[in-house]
Amino acid sequence: MTPTGYFLDHLWMIPLFPLVSAALMLFVGKRLPKIGVNVLCVGSVGLACVYALGAVSQLLAADPEHRVAQQIMFEWLTPGAMQMTGGHLVRFVADWGLLLDPLSCVMVLVVTGVGFLIHVYSVGYMAHEGGYYRFFGYMNLFMFAMLTLVLANNLLLMFVGWEGVGLCSYLLIGFYFLKKSASDAGKKAFIVNRIGDAGFLLGLLLTAVTLGTIRFTSMGLPESAGYTGILQSLQAAVDAHALTYGAPVLTLIALLLFVGAAGKSAQIPLYVWLPDAMEGPTPVSALIHAATMVTAGVYMVARMNAVYQLAPYAMDVVAVIGVVTAIFAASMALVQNDIKKVLAYSTISQLGYMFLALGVGAFSAGVFHLMTHAFFKALLFLGAGSVIHAMSGEQDIRKMGGLWDKISITSKTFVIATLAIAGIPPLAGFFSKDAILGHAFEKNIALWFVGIFTAFMTAFYMFRLFFLTFSGYSRADEHAAGHIHESPPTMTVPLMILAGLSFIGGWIGWPESLGGSDRFAKFLEPVMKGVTEAGATETAHHSWLAEYFPMLMALVIAGAGIWLAYQFYRTKRIAPELVAAKMPRVYDLLSHKYYVDEIYDALIVNRVKDLSTLFGLFDGKVIDGIGVDGAGWLARFGSTLSMWWDKWVIDGLLNFGAKFMQLLSYPIRLLQTGMFSSYAMVILIGLVVLLAYYGRHMQTLLRGVH
Amino acid sequence: MLPIGHYLFLSLALFILGVIGVITRRNVIVVLMSIELILNAVNINLVAFSRLYGDVAGQVFALFIIADAAAEAAVGLGIIIAFFRNRETVLADEMDLLKW
Repeated sequence: MTPTGYFLDHLWMIPLFPLVSAALMLFVGKRLPKIGVNVLCVGSVGLACVYALGAVSQLLAADPEHRVAQQIMFEWLTPGAMQMTGGHLVRFVADWGLLLDPLSCVMVLVVTGVGFLIHVYSVGYMAHEGGYYRFFGYMNLFMFAMLTLVLANNLLLMFVGWEGVGLCSYLLIGFYFLKKSASDAGKKAFIVNRIGDAGFLLGLLLTAVTLGTIRFTSMGLPESAGYTGILQSLQAAVDAHALTYGAPVLTLIALLLFVGAAGKSAQIPLYVWLPDAMEGPTPVSALIHAATMVTAGVYMVARMNAVYQLAPYAMDVVAVIGVVTAIFAASMALVQNDIKKVLAYSTISQLGYMFLALGVGAFSAGVFHLMTHAFFKALLFLGAGSVIHAMSGEQDIRKMGGLWDKISITSKTFVIATLAIAGIPPLAGFFSKDAILGHAFEKNIALWFVGIFTAFMTAFYMFRLFFLTFSGYSRADEHAAGHIHESPPTMTVPLMILAGLSFIGGWIGWPESLGGSDRFAKFLEPVMKGVTEAGATETAHHSWLAEYFPMLMALVIAGAGIWLAYQFYRTKRIAPELVAAKMPRVYDLLSHKYYVDEIYDALIVNRVKDLSTLFGLFDGKVIDGIGVDGAGWLARFGSTLSMWWDKWVIDGLLNFGAKFMQLLSYPIRLLQTGMFSSYAMVILIGLVVLLAYYGRHMQTLLRGVH
Repeated sequence: MLPIGHYLFLSLALFILGVIGVITRRNVIVVLMSIELILNAVNINLVAFSRLYGDVAGQVFALFIIADAAAEAAVGLGIIIAFFRNRETVLADEMDLLKW
């Protein structure tokens, strides 16, 4: 039974709502009153959330094998026929189409749900900020782009959303654009993401030429129209033995796409933008840089799982990068003193977990952790925002402390999120992290070991953050201490809802080993099947040890992390300063974030700057110097020549003619004195001559009178 | 009656005086006066021959010339005044506009 219904038919409305209100904000937002901005922007995301819920519920009504709804709005790019690796020709089309299947269900619910809560929270948080409508306009634009990204039915449309969220991320990180560090952070995020995007684009193109299609699946589309999808195309190619397990071209596609994912999801080596992105307003950090946008890379890899499953080498790369990022970022989070920076490194670390899951083939576990992480990390960021709000803008946890009773809703929700991320059952983080570590344990014990050590550090730094912020006595300066107050309900209600989700959100993935039914993995299974291959390995045998040992270890290690943080920062039996002093090199390395920014500056940024200087010199000396100035010189030289010709030849000829005439006329000119007396003289002479000549006839003349 | 030669001699003397005045004097008013002398020399000639031949037409012609000389003097002086207003001079050698 194919799923149908009003909401599925109106899937396109989900991204449209935030787009319309973003456009309104752009054009008339300045003239709207604050309440109008609130109603429009929060309302549009709320509507999108309602439509998403409706669509998902209608999709769930269908049986698991048919839970795909696909809608093609219009054919966007139609370059024509393409040959597939399978051999036959296909009509290559990039649609403007939407796809709702279990995977995008999860994403669309997380994006609209968490997005809606964060929008509500922003109403309180941004109440006293300038550029209110601009903030909400960008947030809505982000929602549109993110929903386009998760609902896209092909890689190209996904790329459109991918670039859209990158743009909004840039705009929102640089929201306080008058602050140099904020605008720099925005630029950094944008540029680092471009590197990843280049990988995505190359992967996309390689997919197109290899498989002849970029549509994810043809399921949910009428068969008669002859649509093809990546999944079907891969299956055909595998059946025809044109592509096999581990084919180099598939590995290349997978690696290129992973470069894109590493950029967007802040993995080594492209993670450097995310800590700086904390310059943005806190709701932005929560929405974009924790819950939704940074998970786009995870989503994309999960979406392309059919390719990854055929590319074992790429999978290993994903897993190793993921786990190394996880431990690397966690170690940096240990010594950060900015509340948001700790959370930023924690986000990178948790994203590393997700990639570890993807890399070991546990796609649904990765998406599961994506979802639970969205809940508790959004909650942590919003809680941090509430703390910052209470502390009059202070972000340094060394200047906090003793906030437990003063902002009780924030602190209670914060502790839930902290326990969730530390992996304490029965909170959400436990289940998702356990799913990942369990799969890693089966796959490779070394990966698991690094993962579990990261879990230890996670528990430690999160409780360090918690104890420093909320317990003990207040270290705030007097001004901030006097103003400590709980946030308004628009901020605390989203906190409470997210706390609830962080608490129970993991239950849908309650593993079978603990008496649950692992519904989340089963729900995603149709999407994660990939390509069936003859002789593929069946599900691995689970020994008792493999079932419970990782789980037990995760618990023990999380407990140990919390205990250590308690000793350090609550009872103060161990002074952190002493430990730091004992290992000065290590502490220095960590507090300087492994000098990665400096290394990048030295190796890449400054080299690019040098190159720019070189190009600048080239521009100045060669283009301007030889090209432009040379052309100018040539023109001047030419015009000098032309002038010379004009002056001496053309004018010279004329002047020569005139001079010649002047010379000829010289004797005649002498006659013209301009003095009438000389003329009179001439007349007189003429008269005398005439008389002299005719004088002899005079007598005859006179005689003639008579 | 005096023989005709005397009249002709007087007339010739006046004419030569007038011509010399026209050619040599710088002041245009004097030039104008010299032209009057030439005209008077012509008048004497006309009247002398009129008497000699007993024909009154010559004397009538002389009367016409006198009227004509008066008109010429009036126009000439008008030109000179207009010129003086423009150039603040009545000297002939400064009147070189004919040669540009």
